[in-house]
Amino acid sequence: MTIDAAEASPRPTETPWRHFAAEFRASPPAVFGLLLLAAVVVVALAAPLIAPQNPYNLAQLDVLDAGMPPGSKGAGGMTFWLGTDGQGRDMLSAIFYGLRISLVVGVTATLIALAIGLVAGLTAAYAGGRVDTVLMRLVDIQLSFPAILIALILIAMLGQGTGKVIAALVTVQWAYYARTVRGAALVEKRREYIEAARGLALSPSRIVVHHLLPNCLPPVLVVATVQVAAAIALEATLSFLGLGLPVTEPSLGLLIANGYQYLLSGRYWISFFPGVALVVTIVGINLVGDQLRDIQNPRLRT
Amino acid sequence: MLVEIIRRGLSSVVVLFAMSLFVFAGVYAIGNPVDILISPQADPIEREQAIAALGLDKPLPEQYAGFLRGAMTGDLGKSFVHGTPALALVVERMPATLELAVAAMLIAVTLGIPLGLYAGLRPHGIAGRTIMAGSILGFSLPTFWVGLMLIVVFSVMLGWLPASGRGPVTLLFGVLPVSFLSLAGLAHLILPATNLALFKLALLIRLTRAGTREALTQDYVKYARAKGLKPARIIGVHVLSNIMLPIVTVTGLEFGSVMAFAIVTESVFAWPGMGKLLIDSINLLDRPVIVAYLLVIVAIFIGINLAVDLVYAALDPRVRVAEAA
Amino acid sequence: MVTDATAANAPLLAVEALATHFAMRAGVVHAIEDVSFTVARGEILGLVGESGSGKSMTGYSIMGLVDPPGRIVRGGVAFDGVEITALPPAQMRELRGNRIAMIFQDPMMTLNPVLTIRTQMVEAIHAHRSVSSDMALEEARAALAKVGIAAPDARLTAYPHQLSGGTRQRVAIAIALLNRPELIIADEPTTALDVTIQGQILHEMQKQVRDAGTALIWITHDLSVVAGLADRVCVMYAGRIVEAGAVGDVLAHPRHPYTQGLIDSVPARAPRGARLRQIPGMPPSALDPPPGCAFRDRCTFADAACDVMPALRTLGDPVRAQSARCHHPLDQGTA
Repeated sequence: MTIDAAEASPRPTETPWRHFAAEFRASPPAVFGLLLLAAVVVVALAAPLIAPQNPYNLAQLDVLDAGMPPGSKGAGGMTFWLGTDGQGRDMLSAIFYGLRISLVVGVTATLIALAIGLVAGLTAAYAGGRVDTVLMRLVDIQLSFPAILIALILIAMLGQGTGKVIAALVTVQWAYYARTVRGAALVEKRREYIEAARGLALSPSRIVVHHLLPNCLPPVLVVATVQVAAAIALEATLSFLGLGLPVTEPSLGLLIANGYQYLLSGRYWISFFPGVALVVTIVGINLVGDQLRDIQNPRLRT
Repeated sequence: MLVEIIRRGLSSVVVLFAMSLFVFAGVYAIGNPVDILISPQADPIEREQAIAALGLDKPLPEQYAGFLRGAMTGDLGKSFVHGTPALALVVERMPATLELAVAAMLIAVTLGIPLGLYAGLRPHGIAGRTIMAGSILGFSLPTFWVGLMLIVVFSVMLGWLPASGRGPVTLLFGVLPVSFLSLAGLAHLILPATNLALFKLALLIRLTRAGTREALTQDYVKYARAKGLKPARIIGVHVLSNIMLPIVTVTGLEFGSVMAFAIVTESVFAWPGMGKLLIDSINLLDRPVIVAYLLVIVAIFIGINLAVDLVYAALDPRVRVAEAA
Repeated sequence: MVTDATAANAPLLAVEALATHFAMRAGVVHAIEDVSFTVARGEILGLVGESGSGKSMTGYSIMGLVDPPGRIVRGGVAFDGVEITALPPAQMRELRGNRIAMIFQDPMMTLNPVLTIRTQMVEAIHAHRSVSSDMALEEARAALAKVGIAAPDARLTAYPHQLSGGTRQRVAIAIALLNRPELIIADEPTTALDVTIQGQILHEMQKQVRDAGTALIWITHDLSVVAGLADRVCVMYAGRIVEAGAVGDVLAHPRHPYTQGLIDSVPARAPRGARLRQIPGMPPSALDPPPGCAFRDRCTFADAACDVMPALRTLGDPVRAQSARCHHPLDQGTA
């Protein structure tokens, strides 16, 4: 009697992805966060296309438009929905461009730090012994100092500039990834299939990359999501202090800094709206990250 | 107990040493040491003289030894901008930062623990959920921006509080310059302290809530109810005494971080503390002051970590008694 | 209101058709169902059952310590004539630790690790009576001495983790006795202790309750413990009482196949070298249980009649009051 092929291998009704998506959907704040995030990313990517004005094209600016409150109309007939800054730039456009820069810098720094942390953590976990101890001591010491301090020290030593800011952000973050990866890798290392792989005399690099790595990724990705928000916030803080990105690449932090001097005269919108954009981004990321973490580790669900 | 103190003290000295090496490397070895230590306005002859005077033509290990010798006696060079000893400048500004940090910590603790406790006891009520949502906002909102908005609302729009600066200063115990003893001083202190407290407040609320939720599931709570104790006593004595330990530890450790984060708040509110000095120095390329600040803050950090370790060991009856046994 | 004439004869505790359920995401867990028994003043009742049989939950239900998502859904508990399941929390609190005391299984978990023994004893007194701190301390000291703890002063200033398991449990017993309760519910108080200490604690409890005339419900999974201690015994299985009666009667001629199985599986009863007897199978899940006798899958006498849940019926001589929940009760010996 032949067995029907379809019956022999029953198709799973729920793949891991579907299950994950269902769990994610279950939390309204997380979905809300995802929507916020999606909106932010779309705006950032499409900034040149959807911004009413290119705020860095000096030809488009008219100094007569400077310092106008939200909703007012400019000399050229354009409506400044969020007002203008001290040079007559449309705040809405400036924010679109600023979002872009903030996101790019934050994500870039996170990705680089993630890569470094992965390498360090996997090495520490797989090599064990002295290498592990030394690396983790380094991680511990670095993590016991606040991020802002480390970033400031680095900027003070290296000087300013986009690359240096990213370097500072990377330095601040890598240790956190290294520790998370090492933890996850150590757990995986003890599992039988790793013993089996070693027994088969597979090269260490193959074992690490093909076996350890994929299983360490979920917790690390959760950490990375939340860390992007932290990186964006840190870059904004540095830019506000005048020690971050150069004026040619005005992130949201710099926009807020520009508005500082106008606060006392009551022109709050120059600092207010970029801040709101920043908050929306960070809150969106945090909401999504929180839910990811809860899904990944149901024990922590409150 | 004594063994513990000595052991931790030694490891702290090691870390301090390592940090001094790191700072030295950063300032003297990376980049052009000449540019870093000698004012950029000096002309070539002055540079030659300065190089010789600062010993920059000597080999690195000798320079480090000189650096250490200077550090031991408190000589960390002179500020380029002010011409006065760098260390003295930093130390002079320390009380202002301390006052701000302590005020912020007090706000965070007195508000955070009760709110977190409440949220832990009634997690599903509206108040509990609002508190938690608020705490998410608390550490999502960038501190500097909140500071700016506080100024806009309370200084510009409402005119209740001053926008910047520190109030009049009186000497506490005849030595420590503090500003909170006068009404004007308090008025200047409130906004920056609140701003600085926000992040820690959110953290404490979440920590206390988590600790409370966990404590409530423990058997000793059920047993306390079986003894017929009043809920107020169960929460106030049994639950609280169990969650206080991790909270005190975290609070202590976070204090160092608050001192560092004061950098931002001091910049926003033009508060004349160490942090503002640091930012000004970075902008003016006043490297000796930067070095002095770093060493001071690292020393404070290590001191705090050590103190918290010791306090924890003294407070936890399980640790305390185990060592005595 | 209970009149004087009936007071002496009326049971101290009367549990009537008590049912406690837990509403979980997966369904409703029937922790205990249709539980009825009485405890007379000064009587020692053994509540025997394996893990998950509902014996601990019965104790919690009586004390009013069932936490959401669990709650008492049916039945009642009458203490000294008063229905306590409906009492407002403040009045229930007055009973707990005062007229009804509870001893838990693992004192390391139930004593607060960061408070001294003295604090935890004195607060139990102050919760119900206003006495001076000195008086309370004296009472605590006396209570510790009474349960056989030497050097009580040293113990009072100690923290729970500094005491041995046996001493901790003695402290728990002392706390239970502080306010001279009329009923003590002891939930497996010796299970977490060394075998050598178990006997001591057992003996201590027996002495205390006999001396003071306190009623005791001793919850355990160990039949042999009950044999030497209790006056009456209730056997629980899958949330229900399946057999009840005087200890001697139930052990000598059990009526429910489960009870028989329990007795047979006690290692001491097996001849040397012979295989230890077990009841085959596992207890059913308490989640949305199907109708019918819960034991039928493991019972050699089960038949179609067992598709209906049997009621707890008195068998034989009504004075001896031995009852079993079975369609085919074992017919051993007389009555």
